[in-house]
Amino acid sequence: MKFAIIIFPGTSCEEDVLHAVQGAGHQAEYVWHSEASPTALDTYDAVILPGGASHGNYLRSGSMAAQANIIPALHKANEAGKPILGICNGFQILTEAGLLPGGFLPNESMRFICKPTEIKVENAATTFTNKYAQGQTITLPIAHAHGNYYADDTTLAELQANNQIIFTYNQNPNGSQKNIAGITNKAGNILGLMPHPERAVDKLLGSEDGLGLFKSIN
Amino acid sequence: MFNAKIYVTLRESILDPAGKAAEATLQNLGYKGASKLRIGKYITMAVQADSLEAAAAQVDEICQKLLANNVMEDYSFDIE
Amino acid sequence: MIKEPTPQEIEAGKIYATMGMSDGEFQMVKDILGRLPNYTELGLFSVMWSEHCSYKNSKVLLRGFPTKGERVLQGPGEGAGIVDIGDGQAVVFKIESHNHPSAVEPFQAAATGVGGIVRDVFSMGARPIASLNSLRFGELDNARTKYLFTEVVAGIASYGNSLGVPTVGGEIYFDPCYAGNPLCNAMCVGLINHEDIQKGVARGEGNTVMYVGADTGRDGIHGATFASEELTEETEKQRPDVQAGDPYLEKLLLEACLEVVKHPALVGIQDMGAAGLISSSCEMASKAGMGMEMYLDQVPQRDAGMTPYEMMLSESQERMLLVIEKGREDEIRQIFARYGLVAVDVGKVTSDKYMRLFHKGQVVAEVPADALASQAPEYNKPRREAEYYKEFQQIEAKLAPIADYNATLLALLRQPSIASKQWAYQQFDYQVRTSTVVPPGSDAAVVRVKGKNKALAMTTDCNSRYVYLDPFVGGQIAVAESARNIVASGGKPLAVTDNLNFGSPENPEIFWQMEQSIKGISDACLVLDTPVIGGNVSMYNERSGKAIYPTPTIGMVGLVEDLAHITTQHFKADGDLIYIIGETKPEYGGSELQKMQLQGEIEGRPPVIDMQVEKASQDAMLAAIKAGLVASAHDISEGGAAVALAEALFTQADAKLGADVDMALADHAMLFAESQSRFVLSVKPANQGAFEGLVPAAKLVGKVNASGQLKVAVNGVAALTLDVKMMQESWEMAIPCLLKSEE
Repeated sequence: MKFAIIIFPGTSCEEDVLHAVQGAGHQAEYVWHSEASPTALDTYDAVILPGGASHGNYLRSGSMAAQANIIPALHKANEAGKPILGICNGFQILTEAGLLPGGFLPNESMRFICKPTEIKVENAATTFTNKYAQGQTITLPIAHAHGNYYADDTTLAELQANNQIIFTYNQNPNGSQKNIAGITNKAGNILGLMPHPERAVDKLLGSEDGLGLFKSIN
Repeated sequence: MFNAKIYVTLRESILDPAGKAAEATLQNLGYKGASKLRIGKYITMAVQADSLEAAAAQVDEICQKLLANNVMEDYSFDIE
Repeated sequence: MIKEPTPQEIEAGKIYATMGMSDGEFQMVKDILGRLPNYTELGLFSVMWSEHCSYKNSKVLLRGFPTKGERVLQGPGEGAGIVDIGDGQAVVFKIESHNHPSAVEPFQAAATGVGGIVRDVFSMGARPIASLNSLRFGELDNARTKYLFTEVVAGIASYGNSLGVPTVGGEIYFDPCYAGNPLCNAMCVGLINHEDIQKGVARGEGNTVMYVGADTGRDGIHGATFASEELTEETEKQRPDVQAGDPYLEKLLLEACLEVVKHPALVGIQDMGAAGLISSSCEMASKAGMGMEMYLDQVPQRDAGMTPYEMMLSESQERMLLVIEKGREDEIRQIFARYGLVAVDVGKVTSDKYMRLFHKGQVVAEVPADALASQAPEYNKPRREAEYYKEFQQIEAKLAPIADYNATLLALLRQPSIASKQWAYQQFDYQVRTSTVVPPGSDAAVVRVKGKNKALAMTTDCNSRYVYLDPFVGGQIAVAESARNIVASGGKPLAVTDNLNFGSPENPEIFWQMEQSIKGISDACLVLDTPVIGGNVSMYNERSGKAIYPTPTIGMVGLVEDLAHITTQHFKADGDLIYIIGETKPEYGGSELQKMQLQGEIEGRPPVIDMQVEKASQDAMLAAIKAGLVASAHDISEGGAAVALAEALFTQADAKLGADVDMALADHAMLFAESQSRFVLSVKPANQGAFEGLVPAAKLVGKVNASGQLKVAVNGVAALTLDVKMMQESWEMAIPCLLKSEE
């Protein structure tokens, strides 16, 4: 698989994602946010929006990146059913771009939180989680100030009914509804999650639990 | 040239962590009567348009497209 | 706009005095120029000759630092120092203070402090890979200090997290002496290939001077001078606007500059830090033996109607000055444009060694670059052995009898300077760049060098109570403890950056403190072979006439030569043997125990340190780690062996491990003594023979077990027994509880 890793102004996790994707046996290249051609992502099999603070997270996290030139190409990749993964700020961008439902509020504590968290795999039958066991608990780090996922009741009910809630926190760190840590779109080809799987691909750094996510995409 | 004053607020039904934190601080400071504190954004902007109506239409579009998040936020604006 | 005074009015009205310039210094300016300076020129001299920029008061002492070493590629004098780490790579690092602004606008001050030091590192061409912070506040018993602490932490988080540079460590101390004057020192560590090393030089007559980054506003004018004065109630009202930081812009600058430094058209690059445009331009010109013409109408301005004086002295953040080969400006401009940045030509390099500023068609300042950058006056201030010191030298530190050792250890673990700092570092993204092998909370942070089998260990340290009681010994200990942290983590100490935080040098006793501590630091650096490669001086840290404890913070980086050497302070397995290296003496002066018993006061003499013994301890520790014989290693510091043993049991997920220890001591209280040159470590039983053969001086004191309890006896008599989980909760919850409690 050949991955596109999109770099927005202020993205900072691109190298970490590249390292993780390559570690899972894939190829990957950086694609610049300013690529305006709707075919810019045609030659890639999958797309990742890494974390960071795109546009300084000013106005709302991800709001301005969601207006970037590359976004039409991202919609095209979605229409082609390609796997699209948004991590942390990438998740926020996907909601702002309308590719995933819901939005984000500040953490309930009003503070940035960086720590390892226990995550439950709620649905192991997806493009992104098939290397995990249903109900498995994995440890992934979180690092965010706006990870408090919000969606209205109708949307939450739909997410539940369609098994779109993929990851939940065992102990909710930020106030997110239904303990949501990650969701997919209805079609199941787009995953957004707040925890950083790319920070858990190396025993030396404490956990390899994130590797399964990158290996699942095939 | 028209000047717009735009107010973006979290929907009533949504918990506002920032507002809650500020309200708790007020309570600590002894303002027991203060409640229902909500924090929003106030944005000013100048727009070039031929008429007030056209300017208002433009501001409305801008709010929908970028300044407010339709999932969680409401907006209103004054224009002159 | 206020009309600027004429040269004659400046002299007659002694307007220079309001800018912190003495009569003698004004006379020197007149002599250099051969005429009276105008208002702009006076401003240039006043900031460039401030202590913050010129080190005019401290230089005489700073010369004592050992700065040379086999691995040193760049010593003091550039944006940051550089040390070789093999494989054609080098580590770049520096520490810098933002103390005075922190007392006024803590969030922005802390944020821009991070921004400034990160720019220093990437202006050398290095990729910033980690930040650390050394923070000091008053006790957390009042709303003001809680506010300062909370906001400083939030400011660091806000800026560092947005940049994508992990904040991996540092230290936070609380002591009443910092109540009115908190300290906020930020350190940045970068990685570079030798061929990419840049210098801030303006070479080549006719080359173009380029400005890139934020627009220049009126913020922070005379910030450098402000940093060189005592804080009073008045200065809080008078001071200029604190600079506001824009981490997003800094991130763009960082990425763009790291591309630009690989471009052959780049001649020199420097951050616009304190004293902004003037310091960067005249230093770049002076270092190259050149001059510079600057066209101020080209300078991007945020505010309308700015005067040359304001533009040159502004301390707006996120700005860089570059010198580019003439004719190749567009190649550089294109790189910046990709990041949405506009690079503007604002001047050219000249050969006449003059800084010549043009504004609205007129020459508004004409001053020799060297006079500003390197010819500031130097003072050798009077110094006098402090009275309190003479007294303390005669006092045996008193110790109140300890009735309950369990309660004493728990109380020590709750002392905010010892307690877990998780509340703070959980707000820092310490993992981005996926290289942080040892996150905050162990002796030193360890960051791997990707693609190589090696890592960098880094720490900041200074026990200012020791420095206060005996500046020479305290200086030695600050270096020794930093090195001990590095060694316990598996690294070989490489070099030092220092942040000298002191009170007013006008006070001879304070200048003596500074002299003595610099001597102590130098002595320790020589013995440990860790040259000083750069640093920062922050004086006038006083509030209403009362100075802080002398606080020469040491930032140190070490090289872990093999990832297998990385060691943490935590006990690993049931059955491992516990050893202590180093001798425990009844030393309580300046200890956490004494401070607790005397309600914040300290007296007597600090622990003694013999640098040869220290070196031997460290060498033995590192040799054992490198031989693969050590399961955990921890420096024994504040709170003594009892606290070190407790800390070695913390942060286990299930609090299953415990320890049973019996120490041979003259007195039970020595469990809390802060004697130097000690480590507590653990060794797998299989390695017992090999370890004892290699480190015969290490004393076997006990065993790690699965009891979930810490049991400590002295000479076979039980001293304390505590549940690990309960201890850990006390230690973890201390700071959050203090922050929550009302006053």
